[in-house]
Amino acid sequence: MEYSPLRAIFTHAGWGPAEWAAFRRGLIKILVITNLTLGAYYLLWRGFVSLNWHAWLFALALFGAELYSYIGSVLFGLTVFRLRERGEPPPAPAGLRVDVFITCYNEPVELVRKTVRAAVAIRYPHQTYLLDDGANPAMRAMAVEEGCGYITRSSVWQGFDRHAKAGNLINALEQTTGDFILILDADQVPLPHILDRTLGYFADPEVALVQTPQHFINVPPGDPFGSHAPLFYGPIQQGKDGWNAAFFCGSNAVLRREALARMGVYFFVRDVERRIRRALREADTVIRRAERRLLKADRQRIAPALRALRKAVAQARRELDRGDTFQEVTERFQRRVEEAARLVVADDLRQIMADLAEIQSAEAADIMRSLNDEALLAELAARDRSPLAAIETVRQLIPLLVNEAMDYLPISTISVTEDMSTSMRLHATGWKSVYHDEILAHGLAPEDLRSALQQRLRWAQGTIQVLLRENPLTLPGLSLGQRLAYFDTMWSYLSGIPTIIYLISPPLYLIFGLLPVNALSDEFFWRLVPYLAVNQLLFAVISWGRPTWRGQQYSLALFPLWIKAVVTAAGNVWFGKKLGFIVTPKTRQHGRYFGLVRWQIAMMALLAVSIVIGLGQLALGWRNDGLPVLVNVFWAVYDLIMLSVVIDAAMYQPSEEQ
Amino acid sequence: MRDDFAKGADMEITVNPAGQQAVVVKLSGRLDLLVAADVKQRLAQVVNEGFRLIVVDMSEVSFVDSSGLGALIGGLKAARLAGGDLRLASPGPQAQAMLELTTLHRVLKPYPNVTEALQAG
Repeated sequence: MEYSPLRAIFTHAGWGPAEWAAFRRGLIKILVITNLTLGAYYLLWRGFVSLNWHAWLFALALFGAELYSYIGSVLFGLTVFRLRERGEPPPAPAGLRVDVFITCYNEPVELVRKTVRAAVAIRYPHQTYLLDDGANPAMRAMAVEEGCGYITRSSVWQGFDRHAKAGNLINALEQTTGDFILILDADQVPLPHILDRTLGYFADPEVALVQTPQHFINVPPGDPFGSHAPLFYGPIQQGKDGWNAAFFCGSNAVLRREALARMGVYFFVRDVERRIRRALREADTVIRRAERRLLKADRQRIAPALRALRKAVAQARRELDRGDTFQEVTERFQRRVEEAARLVVADDLRQIMADLAEIQSAEAADIMRSLNDEALLAELAARDRSPLAAIETVRQLIPLLVNEAMDYLPISTISVTEDMSTSMRLHATGWKSVYHDEILAHGLAPEDLRSALQQRLRWAQGTIQVLLRENPLTLPGLSLGQRLAYFDTMWSYLSGIPTIIYLISPPLYLIFGLLPVNALSDEFFWRLVPYLAVNQLLFAVISWGRPTWRGQQYSLALFPLWIKAVVTAAGNVWFGKKLGFIVTPKTRQHGRYFGLVRWQIAMMALLAVSIVIGLGQLALGWRNDGLPVLVNVFWAVYDLIMLSVVIDAAMYQPSEEQ
Repeated sequence: MRDDFAKGADMEITVNPAGQQAVVVKLSGRLDLLVAADVKQRLAQVVNEGFRLIVVDMSEVSFVDSSGLGALIGGLKAARLAGGDLRLASPGPQAQAMLELTTLHRVLKPYPNVTEALQAG
């Protein structure tokens, strides 16, 4: 996968692949360190010396954007610092029990047939299953024709959250018995030797996952939608692999069932503990509020009970920290709460029962829902209620919270990118992963802009969901390298706002004369230019001849999509709003798509106008700030070139033969 | 090929009522991925039949894997949702080690024998 012309020259000079790879890895380390040093040198000067306080808002915003980029460089630098090239895989041991899962939803039957046929024909002995979440009779007939197992959701899913692809996989895991599972998307046609090239890694009993690249064979010349991800399925995953953090990408990967199951059990226990702690936290809030609202007349009778309750909560926390079993902790807690309730005289107890009836009906449902909804939880805790009712609420809390959602889930359901979340949980449970950089399946990429954008949006939303629900920086069980490797990917999806700041900087200067730096002095250039140059050089050495230009364009040009992803994912995690997740269509949708890229078009218009104004005023002699104008025009032109990618994509029409 | 796979399956499930609400489900053999779905289904069935305290007798279980533990969690969920409980009795050393490895013993505390499991709490 490396086609560097330089490589040919050095090969003639007598360098073998091993020397060459070592040279490249060394060069990357040197460039990463140089890049980060130059970046720090530039940013320190920017922060301490150059900020233009006359335009402080703009100056700080741009400095913030630059800081964002620098942190991104640090994370990226760390990721590629330990690039791991695996080379030849270990031989696959004979006699493993392997299942091949093909997930499908509503794709055309004939498209899926190609994948099914190729999967059945995989050389290593295995059993193939089509996991049809659309339960389409035509799909079933096709599976039977091709000699492939066919699985749809069992009846236990009726009336419950289906959890999209994660649910589809969980359902199939329950109905099958292979020790290893190759997972394929409906449009990823496997090569016959895919298992022979991947199963060998599982000789290491700690390996849970082997991921291989997703490679697309239907991408038109020039890759108008940026489908290829040569940097990700290459140096980035290899870099993560160096930190034992190569992650699962949903398809073309083999998983160890025991690892998934053990992770599922482990995270089940963690979920129960999390719910108990949540119940205790809410109990605390309810008790404190009741204490504040206590009337003088009641104080004598009820305050001792509330005090006893607070002690019970603190005691339960201590027992959890100590590692007692949950059964012991909750039983003791419930007993202490009942003892506390007995401190209240019998008359009041009757009052409690009356309040209880009211609470149970109205609040039970609320409290259960609140587990996934911070806003509702806060509202509940703040709600007015009598001190007596508070005691009863506390008594009800733990059973309510704990018994409701006890689920053993061998695939994570906290995100629409169940793949990334599942592998992060596997890593947190102590398992290893492998990235094997060899194309072992031929896939289909989206063929129109709408589908491509939907897919990108889903990835971004899912990644942000994982960040907000199980932040890798704090998830127990991960190593520091793993934390940063996962966080690197999440951080890169936060680029929307910084990109807008970069994009409006040239127009702000050219049209309104706002300059975020004190002066465009020599000092400025001598600090910025080497930083940018080394940055580009590092990027070139890392990509090593793989085409990355499209990817760079898209990561800048899709700024409205990244912002939308962050906003919708946050709305989903914090307020329970729908994501608006749409399954990516596998057939081309017709038409042109300027509406989809209206923000980019508006930004391009603004940039173009600012170039005309800046250069025009300079030519007419209306302004004499030649250098700053030229610098800003340069950036505006650069931005236009980057953004133009979406115009090409929106206008793209496939030729007849495609 | 499927038949070969199924050959590993080796599990006997016996159900003995121990009172109006309580039942002892005795598992014998390997509690692993090959039988996990059956065990989970059987436990849910016992709950559906009206039993509220389910004691799973593990004394004759020779080996447990994580999928097997997943089946026990499925049974626990069914029992709790019906207002009941599921308890483990006398797991062997390997099962005990698996419970501790996955930290599941914090949720499913193993009891030394069936009698204590029935009488506890």
